[in-house]
Amino acid sequence: MTVSSKPASKSFGWSALFNRPAKPYVHPYLGGLILGLVLFLALFLTGNGLGSSGATSRLVTFVQDQIDPAHVDRTPYLLKMAGGDKNPLDDWLVPVFFGALLGGFTSGLIGGRVKLETTKGPHVSDRTRWLLAFLGGVLFLYGARMARGCTSGQALTGGAVLSAGSWTVMLAIFGGAYALAYFVRKLWN
Amino acid sequence: MNFPLLAFQNVSAQNPWTYLVFGLIGFAFGFVLEMSGFGNSRKLAAQFYFKDLTVLKVMFTAVITAMTLLFLAVGLGILDYSQVWVNPTYLWPGILGGLIMGVGFIIGGFCPTTSLASASTGKIDGMFFMLGGFVGAFLFGETERFFTYWHNNVSYYGRVTLMDVFGLPAGVIVLMVVLMALFMFWGAEQLERIIGKKDMSHEPRWRLYGAGGIIALALVVLFLGTPTTEAKYRKVTIPRTVTELQADGTVKEIQVRYAAEEALQKRLVQISPAELFKARYDQKLKLTMIDVRSEAQYNLFHLRGALNLPLETLKTHIPELLATAAPNAVYVVMSNDETLATEAWRLLVAEGVPNVYLLEGGLNAWIAFFGANDPQIQPLVGAPAGELHFTFPAALGDRYPAADPDPIEYEHLEFEPKIQLQIKRDKSGGGCG
Repeated sequence: MTVSSKPASKSFGWSALFNRPAKPYVHPYLGGLILGLVLFLALFLTGNGLGSSGATSRLVTFVQDQIDPAHVDRTPYLLKMAGGDKNPLDDWLVPVFFGALLGGFTSGLIGGRVKLETTKGPHVSDRTRWLLAFLGGVLFLYGARMARGCTSGQALTGGAVLSAGSWTVMLAIFGGAYALAYFVRKLWN
Repeated sequence: MNFPLLAFQNVSAQNPWTYLVFGLIGFAFGFVLEMSGFGNSRKLAAQFYFKDLTVLKVMFTAVITAMTLLFLAVGLGILDYSQVWVNPTYLWPGILGGLIMGVGFIIGGFCPTTSLASASTGKIDGMFFMLGGFVGAFLFGETERFFTYWHNNVSYYGRVTLMDVFGLPAGVIVLMVVLMALFMFWGAEQLERIIGKKDMSHEPRWRLYGAGGIIALALVVLFLGTPTTEAKYRKVTIPRTVTELQADGTVKEIQVRYAAEEALQKRLVQISPAELFKARYDQKLKLTMIDVRSEAQYNLFHLRGALNLPLETLKTHIPELLATAAPNAVYVVMSNDETLATEAWRLLVAEGVPNVYLLEGGLNAWIAFFGANDPQIQPLVGAPAGELHFTFPAALGDRYPAADPDPIEYEHLEFEPKIQLQIKRDKSGGGCG
C-alpha cells in the first residue's frame, strides 16, 4: 500500500468514502411513510405512480430496435413501444429507472453501505446465489411484463390508487412467494 | 390549479425538464428503498419466513399513506381521480404473472426496483438479478406473440377500482384498507417476536401516534366524501386548438381552455348531424353514441348502434365508460332536441369522461336532414318541446332508413368540424407497463 505514505489524502480518498461503518436502516414505518409521501407526490403531480419493470422492458426494446428495427415492427408487443419512429425511451419510467439507481447509490453512500459483496443465506455459495439471483431476475421480469407491472407499478402504486386488478396481482405475488418459500428455505436460512 | 398536471403526460425529448422531474421522483424512490434495507436480499427474503416483516411494513405503510393523502386531495377537490392512472384489470394475466413474480422473488431475493438499489450499492447478487431482468423482459417481448390474445383481451375489465368491486364509497374503502393494514402490522410484530425472536419491547412509541394519525386522516376522507358532480363540473375545462389571425397576416394555432359552460355557450361541443354521420365511418375514432331518452322513445326511433342509457340511470354507467375508454374514444349524447343531451353532457364531462359531444338540434335535426325523403316519417305539427317532431307508423327502432343513412348517397356533406380528439394518456404506456 503506497497510499499510506500520504495520510492527508486518505480522509478524502475513495476507500474512506466506501469503507465506513454501515449505519442501521431506518425504522420500517418511517421508511414506509417517506415512500408513501414520494408515491403520493408522484401521483398528485403527474398522475403516474412509481415503477421500474416497464423501463427494463423499454431499455431492452431500445437495444433490439437498434439491431433489428424490422423485427420490432413485426412483433406486436414491441411495436407498441418502438414501432416506426417511436422512441421506446420516451416514457416517464425511463428517468425513474435511472433516478432510482442513482438514489439507491446515494443513500448507500451516506449510510456506508456501498460495498462490493453478495447478500445471501449462510449455507449457499456465492456462485449458487448469483445463478439463482439471475434466474430469479429472469422469472420476475417475465412475470412482471405479463402482469403489466411489478411490485412497484402494481402492488405499490396500483394498491394505493385502489385498482382491483393490482390488489389481485399483489396477492398473487405474495401467494407465489409464500407457497414456494418452504421448499427453498435452505437458500435463506 | 387542478392536479395532476397535464404537462407531465408526455415525456419526450421535446420537453427535457419532464425527464428531470421523473428522474427526481426515481431518485427519491431508490433512496428510500435502499435506506429501508431493500438492497439486502436476505432482509427481503426474511419476509417469507416470518422472521423480519420489513417488506410488509414498508410496503403497506407506503400504500396507506399515499392512498389516504390521494383520496384526501380528491375529497378536497384539488385532484381529479379520473386523471390518475389506475392500473387496468387484466385478471388472469395478472394472477399468473403475479405467481411467476412470487417465484422469482423467493428464488432471486429481489424485486426489480429493489435490485436497482442493491446493484447500485455494489451487491453482486443484485447485479445478477438486474441482468436476469433484462433477459426476462427480452424473453417476454419475444414470446408474447404466442399468447397475445390471452394477454390483451381475455379477462380484460378495464379501469376497475375496489369501490366498483364492493359497491362502497371511496372513504369506506380507504378506512377499511387502513384498518386492515394496521391489523397486519400488529400481526407482523407478533410474528417477529415469536418466530424471529426479536426484542420488540423497544419499538418506538411514535408508531402508535402514527397509527392514530392515519386513522384520523382516513376518517376525514370518509367525512369529506367525494366532491359532488356540480363541484367537479365547475372545475372542468375543455381544451381547444383554435386558429388565430395574427397581426402580420399569418395564421397561428393556439391552445385555449374553455370552462365547460362557456364551451356549451360558444357551441364548441354541439356537432351537426352531418358531422356525426361522418364520424360513424371515421376509422380514427372509436365512436360511442349514447341515446339518453326513455326506452319507449328509443324503441320508436333511434340511430343504428346508439346505446340507450336514459338520463336517470346514466350516472351508474359512468365507471363502465371510464373503464373501457380507449384513447381515441369519442362520445356523442343525443335526445329529441338538445335539452336532455345537454344535461347528460354536463354529467359526463363533470365525471371526467373524455371527448364528449352532443348532437346539435337533437334527433329532430337528424331526421329533418336524413329522413326528409322517407314517406313513412311525417312531420308532426305542434309537437311540444322535447318531443319528436315527427310521426312514425310503428316502433321500428333503427329499421328506418334514416336510422342508418346510406353512406354513398350522403358521401359529400359540408359541415364545420368540431370534434377535436384530446388524447389524455397512452394506454399502452402507463403505470409500469
